Amino acid sequence: MERPAWAPRSIDISSPSVSRIYDYYLGGSHNFEVDREAARKAMEFMPGLPKIMQANRAFMRRAVRYAAGEGIDQFLDIGSGIPTFGNVHEIAQSARPGARVVYVDHDPVAVAHSQAVLRENEDADVVAADLLKPQEILGSHQVQRLIDLKRPVALLLVAILHFVEDADDPYRAVAELRDALAPGSMLVVTHASFEGIPLPREQAEGTVDVYKDIRNPLIMRTRDEIARFFEGYDMVEPGLVPMPDWRPDTAPEDEDPYSFSGFGGVGRTA
Amino acid sequence: MRAEPDGPEDRLRRFATIWSRAVFPVTSTSLTRPEFEEQLLPLARRLSEALRARTFEAAEGRGVGAALVAAHCTDPEALSRALDCVDAYLVLYCGEDGPKEALRTRSARLQHAMAAGYAEALRERTLTEQQAISQAALTARSAVAEALHDSEARFRAVFEGAAIGIGIADLEGNILQCNGALLRMFGGSEQTMRGRKVTEWTHAEDAPQVWRLYEELVRGEREHYHVEKAFYRPDGTALWTNLTVSLLRDADGEPQYQLALMEDTTERRLLNLRLRYEATHDALTGLPNRTLFFERLEKALAAGEGQRFGLCYLDLDGFKTINDSLGHAAGDRLLVEVADRLQSCATAPGEMVARLGGDEFVALTTGPGTEREVDELAGRIMNALVTPISIDGRDLTVRGSVGVVEGPAGERGAAEVLRSADITMYRAKSAGGNRFELADPEADARAITRNGLTTALPAALDRGEFFIEYQPLVHLGDGSVRGAEALVRWLHPQHGVLGPDRFIPLAEHTGLIVPLGRWVLEQSVRQARSWQERNSDAGPLRVNVNLSPCQLTHPGLVQDTVDILEREGLDAQALCLEVTESALIGADDDLLKPLRRLAEMGVDIALDDFGTGYSNLANLRRLPVSILKLDRSFTQGMQQFPADPVDLKIVEGIVSLAHSLDLAVTVEGVETGAQAEQLRILGCDTAQGWYYARPGPPERLHELALVDAVG
Repeated sequence: MERPAWAPRSIDISSPSVSRIYDYYLGGSHNFEVDREAARKAMEFMPGLPKIMQANRAFMRRAVRYAAGEGIDQFLDIGSGIPTFGNVHEIAQSARPGARVVYVDHDPVAVAHSQAVLRENEDADVVAADLLKPQEILGSHQVQRLIDLKRPVALLLVAILHFVEDADDPYRAVAELRDALAPGSMLVVTHASFEGIPLPREQAEGTVDVYKDIRNPLIMRTRDEIARFFEGYDMVEPGLVPMPDWRPDTAPEDEDPYSFSGFGGVGRTA
Repeated sequence: MRAEPDGPEDRLRRFATIWSRAVFPVTSTSLTRPEFEEQLLPLARRLSEALRARTFEAAEGRGVGAALVAAHCTDPEALSRALDCVDAYLVLYCGEDGPKEALRTRSARLQHAMAAGYAEALRERTLTEQQAISQAALTARSAVAEALHDSEARFRAVFEGAAIGIGIADLEGNILQCNGALLRMFGGSEQTMRGRKVTEWTHAEDAPQVWRLYEELVRGEREHYHVEKAFYRPDGTALWTNLTVSLLRDADGEPQYQLALMEDTTERRLLNLRLRYEATHDALTGLPNRTLFFERLEKALAAGEGQRFGLCYLDLDGFKTINDSLGHAAGDRLLVEVADRLQSCATAPGEMVARLGGDEFVALTTGPGTEREVDELAGRIMNALVTPISIDGRDLTVRGSVGVVEGPAGERGAAEVLRSADITMYRAKSAGGNRFELADPEADARAITRNGLTTALPAALDRGEFFIEYQPLVHLGDGSVRGAEALVRWLHPQHGVLGPDRFIPLAEHTGLIVPLGRWVLEQSVRQARSWQERNSDAGPLRVNVNLSPCQLTHPGLVQDTVDILEREGLDAQALCLEVTESALIGADDDLLKPLRRLAEMGVDIALDDFGTGYSNLANLRRLPVSILKLDRSFTQGMQQFPADPVDLKIVEGIVSLAHSLDLAVTVEGVETGAQAEQLRILGCDTAQGWYYARPGPPERLHELALVDAVG
C-alpha cells in the first residue's frame, strides 16, 4: 500500500500547524482559529515572538540578496511554510531575474497554497517532502527540472531545524544535503535558542511547552550545536550571530530586543 | 531628487520619515525602516496633495489606507499610529500657507477616509487570505483523498489479484470477505463462503494447537499465528494450506477483525509425500529402506520403560552365486520374491520389514513382548524361505542366515544394535548358514575387538606401536645360549600388550603382514648384529624370525631379505627363518624356490610346529630345511617324572629321522629341568622355553649370553 510520503491519512485542520502559526505572527490571515489560539498562548509567554519572525524574514531577505550578489541564481528553500510576502522567489528574482527557486515543505496545506501562489511562476515550484529524506527532495522532478546540482545553490533552512528532534538526526539530513551541493554553494540557517531571548529562561520555556502541546516540539539548541550544521563549510562574515547583527542594512541598535533571539548565519563550501 | 532645505519636498520627506518611524515597529514587513519610508513617501505625497486640492477627494484617503494594508501594516495599531501622525504633522509639514482651519478640517476628513479605506482593504485581504488558505486546505485534502483512493484501489487490486488466498472475518468468526484466490482454492463461490463461520473449518488432521491459537487471537492475546492446516473442499477432498492469521485492531488498538492469508500447499504436500516415500523405500522391492528402518529402530529404542525390541537380520546364503550364474535380472526377481515373503511374515502392528541393500533384509518387532515374538518372527522368516523360488522355470532353493537381537528400549543405540545383529548373522553364516543365532554379548565383544584391531593395524605400524621380544635358544649339550627367536608384540593404546596370535591372523587377512614382517626381519637382523658386536667372544648369536604363509608367496621375499642382511651387515648364517609345517604342506616348486635361494645363501630354514600337521615324512628330503622345531605338544608329556614312554619313543624316532636327514632338532615349550635333561638324552640339539627364559627385551638376552660365556 504505497502512500505518498508526504500525505497524511487526512488533513486535520483542527490541529494547529507551525506554518500557519508563523503566518499569524507575521500578521497574515492564512490561518485558522486553532492556529491563532496556539499562537496567542505562545505569545502569552513571549509577547515579542512576532518580532523574532520578522527578524527571520529580514535576515533571510539579506541572505538571499547576498547570495544573489555573489552570483548564485538557484535557491532551495526547505521548510518554506506559507509564503505571505517577501518570499525567496520575490527577493531572488528581483535581484536576479530568472533566478530559480524550489520550495519544500511537508505540510500539505502549505504546499497546496504555495502551488496556488506559484502557478504563474515558471521559475519557481514547490515539493511536498520531508527534510529528513533528502534523497526524496533532491530526486523530485521539481528539483530536477529547476536546479542544476552541478552549479552552486543556496540552501535555505530558515526556522526549520529547531523543529527537528535530535532523535531524528537533523545533522545527518543536513550533511546529506550539503554533500549534494556543488562548490560555491551556500547554506543559510536560522535557529531558535534560549541565547538572546530578553526574558528569564523559565518564561521562554512556557513557549517551548506550547509547541510541545501541539506535538511540534521546539528544540532550543546552543550556538555550538547550531554551528555544527555548517560542518565543512566556511562561515561568511560575520559568522553565526544574532540575526540583526548579520550584515545589517541599518544600525542594529534600532532593532527590537526580541529580534536578537536565536542565531542566523551563512556558510559557503569551497 | 535632492530637496531644497525646508522647501516643500524636504518638508514632505520629513513627514514621511516621522510617519515611518511611528508605524515601522508595529508592521511585520521584512523591509528595513528606510525602505519602508520609501514606500510611505508616495502615500505622503498623495495625502499632501489631497490636503491642498480644491475639492475633497475621499478616494485619495481611502487609497492611502488601503496602501498601508498592502505594505503589510495589518496590525490595527499601525492604522492608529498612522492616523496620529497625519493628525499631528500633515498640516504642519504639508499645509504650506493655506488656511489652517480649513486644512485641519480637510486633514480630519482625510483621516476618516484613510480609516475606511484601511478597514475595507484589511477586510478584503483577510477574506482573500482566509479563502486562499481554506482553498489550500481543500486542495490538500483532495490530494490526500486522491492518494488514499489510489492506494485503496491499489490495495483492492492486490487483494483481488493476489496469488495467495486472503480472507477477512470478524472476531465471532463470521467471514466478511474473501478474494478470488481463496475461492478458487476452496472451489466455492462467494455465496457459499459468505455467512460461513471460520469455526466450522475444522479438519480431522488439525494439529492440537490450531484452535488454541485461534482462541488466543480472537481474545486479543495474540497478534498472529502461523500453522499448517487442512480444510475440506465442498467435494470432500482435502485442501492443505500454510495459514497465517493476523489480528487487525482499530485506531484505538481494540481487536476488530481477523485476517487470514493462506497458501495452497496441497500439491507441494503430495509431492513431498511422494519424495518422502521414494526417499524411504527401496525401489526394487518397495520395502522400507535403510533410512526408514533406522528411523523406526531409533523410535523403538527411544520408547519408554517396559518397551522392548526384537530385530532379525537376514542375509541370503550364496546369493552371489545365483547372481553370477543366472544374471542380475534373475537375482532381482529372487529378491522381490524374498521381499514379498518376508513382508507376509511381519504383519502385526509394531512389526516391519526393510531391505538394507543387496541381499540383506531386516525385520523389526516392537512392544513389551518381543522376547517371545522375535523367536517366532525368526522362525517365520526361516519358514518363508523353505519353499523353493521359481525363476525362469527353475526352482531355486533359498537359504538364509539370521542374526537375532532382542532387548529393552533405552539401552543401546541403533547403530550398536544393528552391528550386533550383523555380527550374529555372520556367526550363523560361519556355522554353516540356514539357521538363526541369538546375539551374545561376549561374541559381539570379540568380533568388535577383532574388527577394531583390524582397522587399527595400519596406523599402528606407522605409529611404532609394535615391538619385539626375544626368547633364547639354548644348546642342550652345553647349556650355552646360541641365539633367540624374535617374537613381535603390539603395544595397543587401549588393550595393552597383545601377542602375535591376536593380530598376526588379522595382518595376514589384510595383507599388512608383508610390511609388518619386513619390519620384524629388519629389527631382528639389526639386533643380531648388535649382539655380535658387543659379544664377539661368545661366538655368533643367531636370530630366528617367523615367516607367515603370506610372506612366503610375496615376490619380494628373497630380495628384501638380502637387502636387509647387507644393509645391517649380518652373515646369512646368523639368520634362521621359521616356516610352519602347515604352510609347506603340498608346497610345489614355485613356492619352495625362494626358500631354496635363501638356503643356498646360507640362511637356515626351520620347519616350525613340526608334528602338528600331516607331513609326508618322505617329503622332508625335498624341502630346503635344516632345522625341525618340535611342537610343544611332544614335550608336554615329559614335564612329569617319569615321562610318558610313548612320547619318549616318538621324539626319539623323530630325532633319529631328522639326524639321518642331516636336520638339527629344536624343541619348544621346555618348562622343567627334567624335561630338558630328558630331551638332551634323546639327542635334541637346541631348546627354548620358560625353563630357560621367557621372551624379553634384547638386553636381557645379552645378559644371559654373558652369564653363559662366563659360566
